[in-house]
Amino acid sequence: MLNDKRIRIIVGHYGSGKTEFAVNYAMKLIEQESNVALADLDVVNVYFRSREKAKMMTEKGIKVISSAIGHDANLDLPAISAGIFAPLQDETCQTILDVGGDATGARVLAQFKQIINFMGYDMFLVVNANREETQTKEGVLRHIEEIERQTGFKITGLINNTHLLRETTLEEVLKGQALVKSVSDETNIPIKYISAIEKVAQTIPSDVDGEIMPIKMYMREEWM
Amino acid sequence: MAKVLMKGNEAIGAAAIQAGCKYFFGYPITPQNELPEYMSKELPKNDGVFVQAESEVAAINMVYGAAGCGVRVMTSSSSPGIALKQEGITYIAGAELPCVIVNIVRGGPGLGGIQPAQSDYFQSTRGGGNGDYKLLVLAPANLQEMVDMVQEAFDMADYYRNPVMVVGDGMIGQMMEPIEFRTPVKRELPSKEGWATTGTKGNRKPHIINSLFLDPQGLEDHNIRLQKKYKTMKENEARYEAYNMENAEIVLAAYGTTSRICKNAIDKLKEEGINIGLIRPQTLWPFPEKAFQEIPETVKAALTVEMSEGQMIDDVRLALNGKIPTEFYGRSGGMIPTPDAIIDKIKEMLGGLK
Repeated sequence: MLNDKRIRIIVGHYGSGKTEFAVNYAMKLIEQESNVALADLDVVNVYFRSREKAKMMTEKGIKVISSAIGHDANLDLPAISAGIFAPLQDETCQTILDVGGDATGARVLAQFKQIINFMGYDMFLVVNANREETQTKEGVLRHIEEIERQTGFKITGLINNTHLLRETTLEEVLKGQALVKSVSDETNIPIKYISAIEKVAQTIPSDVDGEIMPIKMYMREEWM
Repeated sequence: MAKVLMKGNEAIGAAAIQAGCKYFFGYPITPQNELPEYMSKELPKNDGVFVQAESEVAAINMVYGAAGCGVRVMTSSSSPGIALKQEGITYIAGAELPCVIVNIVRGGPGLGGIQPAQSDYFQSTRGGGNGDYKLLVLAPANLQEMVDMVQEAFDMADYYRNPVMVVGDGMIGQMMEPIEFRTPVKRELPSKEGWATTGTKGNRKPHIINSLFLDPQGLEDHNIRLQKKYKTMKENEARYEAYNMENAEIVLAAYGTTSRICKNAIDKLKEEGINIGLIRPQTLWPFPEKAFQEIPETVKAALTVEMSEGQMIDDVRLALNGKIPTEFYGRSGGMIPTPDAIIDKIKEMLGGLK
């Protein structure tokens, strides 16, 4: 985690689990770093955005940036706070950009192109092999191509986040791992993380590519 | 078939296509936009047609036209958009045409907000449009049930020649869950040949799709016939799930997302040794009255929980017919009840009962 570039951009097919990964990543990072910011750049979805967990993250010391008019503004308008520039410019700030789904959602990054390129970045693609459009190597490659074309940034790492929520099994995770591995072999993009709910994460063999990241389901209410 | 993880709105689209829906006419509104977006992408690949109409009123009238031709057609919207469609809906019901209408409900009244709500219960079950008509109204509580219901909705619509409405709150449209596509229970569907406007080819008299009856006796006869059909629907289609009813002291009534929160509250109370039951209507119309008439003797009171200021409670009261006291707990405007708040309300009621 600490080896990742200071600015981490999280992208992926919508519904791949970007937000859950980004929030978990931030919560783990703040245990080791004092200056952490998470910017919710999701202008595609209106439900289940990381800003919903702003209170939890702020209490841990994470700076949360979202809409210019507050985390609770339930507007379906693409309004992003100019406050996003502060963590991007602050060279001591470990910054996570949680980007909305697909290439459409990733388009929002274009306006920060100059500063992000200047500062250096990692861009992680979250892959869930149980999502309709990313069940095959071709599907994932198409998403990579579209997101790279739309943003002008290169994907630097793959994340296997294959799951079926609470029904996730080790087999599901390994199925996703095989998919992500085939994409990695073809593109030479390394597998950076393999994430799964805690009870499944414990059972993942340690010789798989990527760092195992146990996930807490912060975004899912207990009754869901 | 293996399970896939889908977002509610996409899953509705996928289920509709599975059911043979070829036509979709709609207009964007949050929180159901992923559905028309999905249809715009997928219908052309499946020999279908997607049109983004210039308004909700235009969209429902396109549905009217397509349904008149006997094809499987759907539209969707969210609360204020469904309000706009009401004129078309009553025409479709009056002309006895099959179609599926999806309402992914958001907070109201007026433009309201974009967060989930259940405040369109009256709109769906009483008819926002004019006249003595009824829609079949299905209310799924999870995505698997929703894809099953959407598929079946097309069969029900064809079976009764009646519009079917599927009501999900914004949460159902936006949440993700693993689903699989299954084949619905088969119904013997009547042929559409006798009425669908498929072209006379010079061989028969034109079929006319119409909801105008200027002769009062003709219109009353039409209404009597419709009522007979609605009676059959009432007898055959009311559905519900009963949960933890045995020895229950209080019965909760809740549908959709709210029923899941209620179940969570019930499970928590069970650990404390308190027995609470739940009746979850799966059809809002016909309302499963029988479920309430058959509650066990142990039940001393009912509590209706809704994401509204209290609408379904009217039907619960009618079904219970004064048998036991009926209370209400609800949140509105896009606020979601918490299991703990429901538990507090139940405990307050139990205190009063003892």
